[in-house]
Amino acid sequence: MSILVGPGTRLVVQGITGREGEFHSRAMQAYGTPIVAGVTPGKGGQTALDGTVPVYDTVAEAVRQSGANTSCIFVPAAGAPDAVMEAAAAGIATIFCITEGIPALDMIPAVEAVVRAGARLIGPNCPGATSPGSAKVGIIPGSVHREGRVGVVSRSGTLTYEAVQAMTDAGVGQSTCIGIGGDPIIGTTHLDVLKLFAEDPETEAIVMIGEIGGAAEEEAAAWAAEHLGHLPKAAFIAGRTAPEGKRMGHAGAIISGGAGTAASKVTALEAAGFLVAGSPTELPALLRAAGYRG
Amino acid sequence: MARRPPGFVPFSAAATATLGYHHLPRPSAAIRPDGAHDRVKIQEADAKTLLVAQGLPVPAWAVAHTPAQARAATERILATGAEAVVIKAQVLVGGRGKAGGVKLASSTDEAERVAGAIIGMDIKGITVRKVLVAPAADIAREFYMSAVLDRAARRILLMGSAEGGVEIEQVAADHPEAIIRRHADPMLGLLDYQAREFAFEMGLGGHLKAAVAIAKGLVRTMLAYDADLVEINPLAIVREVDAAGTAVERLVCLDAKVTLDDSALARHPELEALRDPDEEDPADREAREAGLTFIKLDGTIGCMVNGAGLAMTTMDLVKRAGGEPANFLDIGGGARSDRVAAAMRIILADPKVAAILVNIFGGITRGDEVARGLVEARAQQTRDVPMVVRIVGTNAAEAAALLEQAHFATAATLDEAAAKAVAAARGAAA
Repeated sequence: MSILVGPGTRLVVQGITGREGEFHSRAMQAYGTPIVAGVTPGKGGQTALDGTVPVYDTVAEAVRQSGANTSCIFVPAAGAPDAVMEAAAAGIATIFCITEGIPALDMIPAVEAVVRAGARLIGPNCPGATSPGSAKVGIIPGSVHREGRVGVVSRSGTLTYEAVQAMTDAGVGQSTCIGIGGDPIIGTTHLDVLKLFAEDPETEAIVMIGEIGGAAEEEAAAWAAEHLGHLPKAAFIAGRTAPEGKRMGHAGAIISGGAGTAASKVTALEAAGFLVAGSPTELPALLRAAGYRG
Repeated sequence: MARRPPGFVPFSAAATATLGYHHLPRPSAAIRPDGAHDRVKIQEADAKTLLVAQGLPVPAWAVAHTPAQARAATERILATGAEAVVIKAQVLVGGRGKAGGVKLASSTDEAERVAGAIIGMDIKGITVRKVLVAPAADIAREFYMSAVLDRAARRILLMGSAEGGVEIEQVAADHPEAIIRRHADPMLGLLDYQAREFAFEMGLGGHLKAAVAIAKGLVRTMLAYDADLVEINPLAIVREVDAAGTAVERLVCLDAKVTLDDSALARHPELEALRDPDEEDPADREAREAGLTFIKLDGTIGCMVNGAGLAMTTMDLVKRAGGEPANFLDIGGGARSDRVAAAMRIILADPKVAAILVNIFGGITRGDEVARGLVEARAQQTRDVPMVVRIVGTNAAEAAALLEQAHFATAATLDEAAAKAVAAARGAAA
């Protein structure tokens, strides 16, 4: 089993005919993800991906015709919050928003619309999620994965690939890998993902990848200490050498007034039973040291 | 001459220094509910312009670039009946009061002298190039009010405190209950009743109409300009004399701090002009215009990475391998060859750079695009610096072929790349 994406995923890609949308849809399809529909307003009736995927004008139509339950959004920033709300209104249960550069205030009503619809949003500005061997939604290169039982959650994109590749190279496979996104307003947090992993019988170990700034890793660690005490857990925190007061690209990645430092996160994670790596390449060895036998 | 209201104390620099008038040195910082995030900062004078445009009460001010301009502004302000002016350094760093960048003056001569001392002053590495001149206010009471993006709650948060004259972060730490908080409705914004409740809780019942207007105005300002912080510290009840010569009290915004969401600047072209060119490093500007995130550091190993988390990790591993990173540089997602070439120019412009580490894990970024950019950049570069390149992920095989053809030094893992770059920098230094 897995979380968020898996054998039951029926994917609609919003923005499937755009440059990024088409490129990554091909990669998702090649990985085996069932892409049942694409949406590009004004291109309804056409097909995408060499005639294999019908394109609809609206998400509602795509859902009616194809039974899509998951959406992946590659719509440019100006239209992405609306695309999120359209997906939620159309009854999509799990919405991945890959788009980066969305004005933060635009995401406030979009996230609220998702909550009211009872749906889940991952991102924006996230790489998506992969359940190795079954489906991948988003832009994580499929080649980094290996089937297994470690659940991976990360705020970053490429750092996630780095860590997952290191696990795969060491023979440590993953149940699901999720990048939650680096924007100020995101739909799903580290803590939300840990709660989902806790319910998944086939996730038998946890890797959490965080960054300096904010308190999301500390909150997730505190919950894990209480509820995931039985699972082997490893973590990596980026930004140990980042200077105070400088925002390192992600909205959250800044140390301010001593809060959100790598040291405070490492302390919180270690207190919660995580083994904390000095390099992403150390994660598989730490999982084994924590008792993981996969 | 206008009748002086009760409690009035004649202004003089010596007298005001002991009276705690608002413009004297004062730490000021916003409480950031879930980790601070710096965005585009703008000068106080520009922030006040935005507030005025949204209908908020801000006493008149002038910006002076020279002591003579400060004198002229002071003359105009004193002619309106003000007893003194406050002269404030316009720099984008905190602690300007403590650094001597905020002073009172009660005559045109004094204003010229004070402005002359402040203009050219160095505050935390920034040279002061202009000052704001405003009438010195007779303050009855000070408050704090701000609207911020609350990331954890995913809402706009209105915050206020009736504690004036103290650092707000200190209030939050010592007396969290003294901070009044209201979240704006995610769909409807700040509602009237919320603003009223907020005003009463702040102890502004006596100025209800003004307080409600200001609270709603802060949220409106945030939404109008895509700000992630609009902070008034202090918000003050000031004693004034109206046209009829009667003493009145009025609630006004005496200072303003606004930071803008850089993701939204594209739809506010007029705000792009508010970036202060006096305070932006040329390398920062080139990076921004090329779509890169660049932060200069003190080391010798230039880093070019895709993704903020991986870029920080690369810095951490350079340090772990015994080196010092020269910069943080994120080429962003989906970078094409021209952006890579711009990144290389910016890294090489730093004379301390003795080696370059390129670490690309392709996802939305295609490795071959980066490799092409590196080949192009090397053909153009004037300074030969050893380079270690690692490209994995999307189109890595095509990238490897291009790099091999061009005889680049490569590495398979990040740890190996960091070690090779550190060794190359040492070799270059030897």
